Amino acid sequence: MALSPELCKKMYKDMWRIRLFEEEAHRQTSLGSVVGALHMYCGEEAVAVGVCGNLRDDDYVLGTHRSHGHCIAKGAKPSEMMAELFGKSTGTCAGKGGSMHIADFSLNMLGANGIVGAGIGPATGAALASKMRGTDQVSVCFFGDGAAARGTFHEGIGFGALWKLPVIYVCENNQYQQWVPRSNVAVLDSVADMAGSYAIPGISIDGQDIVEVYEVVGQAVERARNGGGPTLVEAKTYRFHGHSLGDEEQYRSSDEVDSWKNDRDPITLFHTVMAHKAWLTEEEDAAIQDEAKTEITDAVKFAEESPYPTAVDVTTDVLAPEQEVA
Amino acid sequence: MKTLTFSGALCEALHEEMERDESVFVMGEDVITHGGPYKVTDGIAERFPERIFETPIAEAGIVGLGVGAAMAGMSPVVEIMYMDFVTCAMDEVVNQAAKMRYMTGGQASVPMVIRLPCGVGRLLAAQHSQIMESWFMHVPGLQVVVPSTPSDAKGLLKSAVRSPDPVLFFEYKRIYTSKGEVPDGEHIVPIGKADISREGEDATVVAIGPMVQKSLEAAVLLEDDGYDVEVVDVRSLSPLDTETICESVNRTGHAVVCGEDSSFAGAVSEIAAMIGENCFDSLKAPVTRIGSPHVPMPFSAELAKHVVPEVANVTEAVNRVMA
Repeated sequence: MALSPELCKKMYKDMWRIRLFEEEAHRQTSLGSVVGALHMYCGEEAVAVGVCGNLRDDDYVLGTHRSHGHCIAKGAKPSEMMAELFGKSTGTCAGKGGSMHIADFSLNMLGANGIVGAGIGPATGAALASKMRGTDQVSVCFFGDGAAARGTFHEGIGFGALWKLPVIYVCENNQYQQWVPRSNVAVLDSVADMAGSYAIPGISIDGQDIVEVYEVVGQAVERARNGGGPTLVEAKTYRFHGHSLGDEEQYRSSDEVDSWKNDRDPITLFHTVMAHKAWLTEEEDAAIQDEAKTEITDAVKFAEESPYPTAVDVTTDVLAPEQEVA
Repeated sequence: MKTLTFSGALCEALHEEMERDESVFVMGEDVITHGGPYKVTDGIAERFPERIFETPIAEAGIVGLGVGAAMAGMSPVVEIMYMDFVTCAMDEVVNQAAKMRYMTGGQASVPMVIRLPCGVGRLLAAQHSQIMESWFMHVPGLQVVVPSTPSDAKGLLKSAVRSPDPVLFFEYKRIYTSKGEVPDGEHIVPIGKADISREGEDATVVAIGPMVQKSLEAAVLLEDDGYDVEVVDVRSLSPLDTETICESVNRTGHAVVCGEDSSFAGAVSEIAAMIGENCFDSLKAPVTRIGSPHVPMPFSAELAKHVVPEVANVTEAVNRVMA
């Protein structure tokens, strides 16, 4: 699908929705309303939005511990996500998952995941299901560069390649594995180079450039839908905040962070592209940002006004309620 | 009704379930060649070639794919060639399959069966003989099933395949070739229901897996000592049929709990503690556990014979609680 002005505006808005959701979640944490770990996606918005811009509602997405962006890009409601962060019963997971486990099965968003690299096998399994049923659904698995060191990466991609499954492996290489620069713990600079071991295409792209993300992943999605098997896409990106809230960030300089924020902000870069093409007026830009702000403000209001789950909810959802088989 | 081996009964269950439901598929190491390592998947490749997958040696991948396929609406039956190897997929079992429904607030369903050939078979020592039922009993969201007869093997596997939640299906290798009567066609044994294998009035022996048959043999010998022994086959360790077990113990006043795994923090320990809590007023003697000593499985037959509990351990324990 070629990039149209309408699609660009939608994607631009989604990037703002993610950015503002994260900043508001950060603020709500400092207010004490949001508890638990918060892994912010700011700076990486072009990856989630550029990838999901190619997906249908029935395509599968599996995420990471840093998945608010993936969820919003796949269509999850910020109101229910915020309620989940608040631990409310109206949350996407009824308050049982929290930030690292947000899922929306109505959108085939099969879940963020608190274990590094743990989505790769399940994403490949969902792709196996699509292939067995003869649908042309694809699966996308997001993971970080740290996951490429795990056995699940090798085993999952090995299966995907072996059976030519419709899955796109999207590595968000934000260059740090929690506090450790990739160069300290990995021999290969590029995760995409590992694709050769599985005889699948491996492509490294600029994850700050949403147009490149959209176009390269679009080709991978088309290949997967048409039976051409998996692709490993490495999007080189950067997180503007620490690994999680409270990270002192002694492993990187403020100059480095500032240079990415000032020169490589994916929203600013996309704005420049759209302005250059005359696809976005100043009025439209202002309206998009206003709408996104209103949506996030409403999300907080929804979360605040929602009830907490109660003691009776503790023991539900362990197993399906009806265990009788027929 | 026909006579089948334990593995033949499992095979029949798989064939029937795959015929019934197109979402059921089989995945595992060597499951096509020679009909699988234990002949449990025999004939499936010929009959359902699109729904059986022989995999690389990659247990985390096998179970991980199973989780994803299950969440996407399929019903995978995965085989871990030796249950010892499930430790290579513990994240997929414990953090993924078990917790998905809960973590997603009830959105996810993981209808996956993980078949686990376990226990001593040939003498293969410490990395090919484990049982570890209690590891998985301890994880909420998992069901743990242990059939002891060909009939229950078929009925429980059919239930496991139809369950909307993950089932760890323990198959004791030493009883794969045991034979028994198995009902034809639709034969369902519900998960979570124990079976009274033999009725008796004096003592209750609660048994797991192959210890059921050994307890039945012990019960015959104990008749000579004047004891009328009831044998309860737990069949499901999680959920556990506390009602049937407690009803029996409250009636007899004596309880021996036996399994082949180490009794230290083992399945028998949970059952013994449960009996102690619920049946204290009826008990005329302390609850006794039988299990293996807390050692890795040794190789030499001369060593291994001291590890796996046998009939004599049951008769001795019953005599002790009755004394």
